[in-house]
Formats: sequence, structure tokens, C-alpha cells
Amino acid sequence: MQVTVNGEATEVDDGATIADLVDGHLPSPRGVAVAVNAEVVPRSTWPDVALHDGDRVELLTAAQGG
Amino acid sequence: MTEPAPTSPPPEDRTTDDPLVIGGISFTSRLITGTGGAPSLEVLEDALVASGTQLTTVALRRIDPSASGSLLDVIDRVGARVLPNTAGCYTAQEAVLTAKLARDAFETDWVKLEVIGDDRTLLPDAAELLDAAEQLVDDGFVVLPYTTDDPVVARRLAAIGCAAVMPLGSPIGSGSGIRNPYNLAIIREQVDVPVILDAGIGTASDAALAMELGCDAVLLATAVTRAQDPVRMATAMRLAVEAGRLARRAGRIPRKLYAEASTSFDGMPQLVPPVGDGGATAASRDDGGS
Repeated sequence: MQVTVNGEATEVDDGATIADLVDGHLPSPRGVAVAVNAEVVPRSTWPDVALHDGDRVELLTAAQGG
Repeated sequence: MTEPAPTSPPPEDRTTDDPLVIGGISFTSRLITGTGGAPSLEVLEDALVASGTQLTTVALRRIDPSASGSLLDVIDRVGARVLPNTAGCYTAQEAVLTAKLARDAFETDWVKLEVIGDDRTLLPDAAELLDAAEQLVDDGFVVLPYTTDDPVVARRLAAIGCAAVMPLGSPIGSGSGIRNPYNLAIIREQVDVPVILDAGIGTASDAALAMELGCDAVLLATAVTRAQDPVRMATAMRLAVEAGRLARRAGRIPRKLYAEASTSFDGMPQLVPPVGDGGATAASRDDGGS
């Protein structure tokens, strides 16, 4: 199935979870937050939250800012 | 005989008796730094160390796979606390969601709340700001709102339960200093939470003035990160904030229109002929001194 990750169309396995996506994209989950369809997905629930076709995922972390 | 050079107490002795307390957390440094605008993480780290800051802002942005180095590692090494911001948000809804994501990412319920109302001035949208502040306070956040220098809005933010209020000196990144010192003085009188001057600082004298006006702390970013020598400017800002705070606590003399001699006239010698023998010059000198 296809989801959008940070604005880019991305293929993921059926049944993939947020935890799978984070593990696949990032060396470490430290300092990372995830939103799916403009809702916060708390870190503690990442292994349990399945992705669905068409989900809009934002993977976010710290950037320099004032 | 040579007198020993006067020594100043080390910085910790000057500041530990006068901590800044925000949301129950005590800080010895009254300089809060932003991390935006630094040419590299190396320069940023050196500047943060030189500033002596214990609280520093970060933004929340999409992960950049090409990024090298970790901003959070830099802040860890410096030993500062992370203050996530909601920079770039134009609505309460967006700012609240950003704050919640930052809480999950950085494991802190502190937030520098920014809700911008205009992309040219980057001035805060007071209505959206108050709405977002109320939602976040209700959700248990320690909210530090970036606001205008309007005393009424500052008072309402404090009444909502914000842990501090952060009025601007002038627009973000403008380096124009403090455009309305009177309003800052009024805000300091009218709210019980810390007042943090946020935005507009251009150079060290601006930061010192903010503290002399009674602000409890100064938050600045680009004045340091975009200075020609960020590390040197960070040192200047640390000293300026300390100096301004000390001057405020010391109690400045009142402003007067006319001079007031600091040297007594008592015991003044007679070095010119008495009046009548010496002409106009001697006579006028006898009438007054400096």
C-alpha cells in the first residue's frame, strides 16, 4: 500500500506499523515525533498503530529555531 | 607600593543569589538562547557555551535525511534544557498540535508558544495566541508565549496561567532593539510571572536595557547566531544581561534636567583674588563650581 511520508509517496508493507516506518527511515527514534493525518501518534503506541493506505505521515525532529 | 588588582567575583557568585524561576525550575542564567540562524552546529555549540545559557529553543521540522550532526546532542553537551517552539504556526490549532508533537519528541511539556499573524512583521496574532495558550495550559503545558508589548494581552496571558510572558522588543530578527520601553516597564509592573524580552535584540546594549527596565530574562537568537563573530557576541550578551540585572537590582539614580555636583564645596581653597580685586573671571568662579 502507499502512504505519504513528509510529502513523498512511499510504499509500505500491508500491516506495517508506525514503529516499522520509523525503524526503516531513521537510525534512532530519539527526538522524533509522528503525526498521522494531523493527529499526534504518541511514541508509546507506535508498535500498535497500523498504517492505512493513503495515510499522511509526518516524521518530525529538532531543527534550529529561535 | 602596588595595590593588588581589583578582582571581580566569579559569575556564579554574582548570580546564584538571584535565580530566575520559571514553572518551578530555577536557572542561574537569565539569557535564553534560540538556536536559529547559526552557520554550523560547531559554531552554535561554542556560542551556546559562551552565552552561559541553560535554556535554548528548538523548532520541530520534517526529518532531513541529509542532515549531519544532531542538534539535540549539541544541547545535551552544553547542558541546557530544551524549549521547543511553535515557530511558523499561524493558527491556534496548528500551534497546539505542534506543541503536543514537540512534547512527544523531546519529552518536555515546556513550549515557547508562537502564533504569527502576519508574514512581513511576524507579529503575534493575539486572539489565536490566547486561544492556544488556554488550550495548552489546560493540557498541563508550561507555556511561555511570545507576545506583543501590549500590557493588556500580557496580563490576560498571565491570568490564563502561562508560566511567563515574552513580549517583543521589536520584530523578530529585526535587530531594532526595544521600540517601546514604557510598555515593557508597565508589563513588568502588571504581571506576577517572569517577563522575558523576546525578539528584536540587536546588540549587547539592547539586552542590558531590557534587564534595566525590569525584564527577568532575555531571549535572543539571531543577534548572536548571525553576528560576524557569534561566540564573541554570545559572551557580550551574557555580560550585558548580567550587567543589566545588577544595575536594576542596584537601583539607578533618578534622571534630572540639571547637574548635581558630586564633589562637595566644603573646604574649597581660595586660589584666586577675592571679589573686587580680580575682575569678572574670578568673581564668576566664586559663585559656583562643578
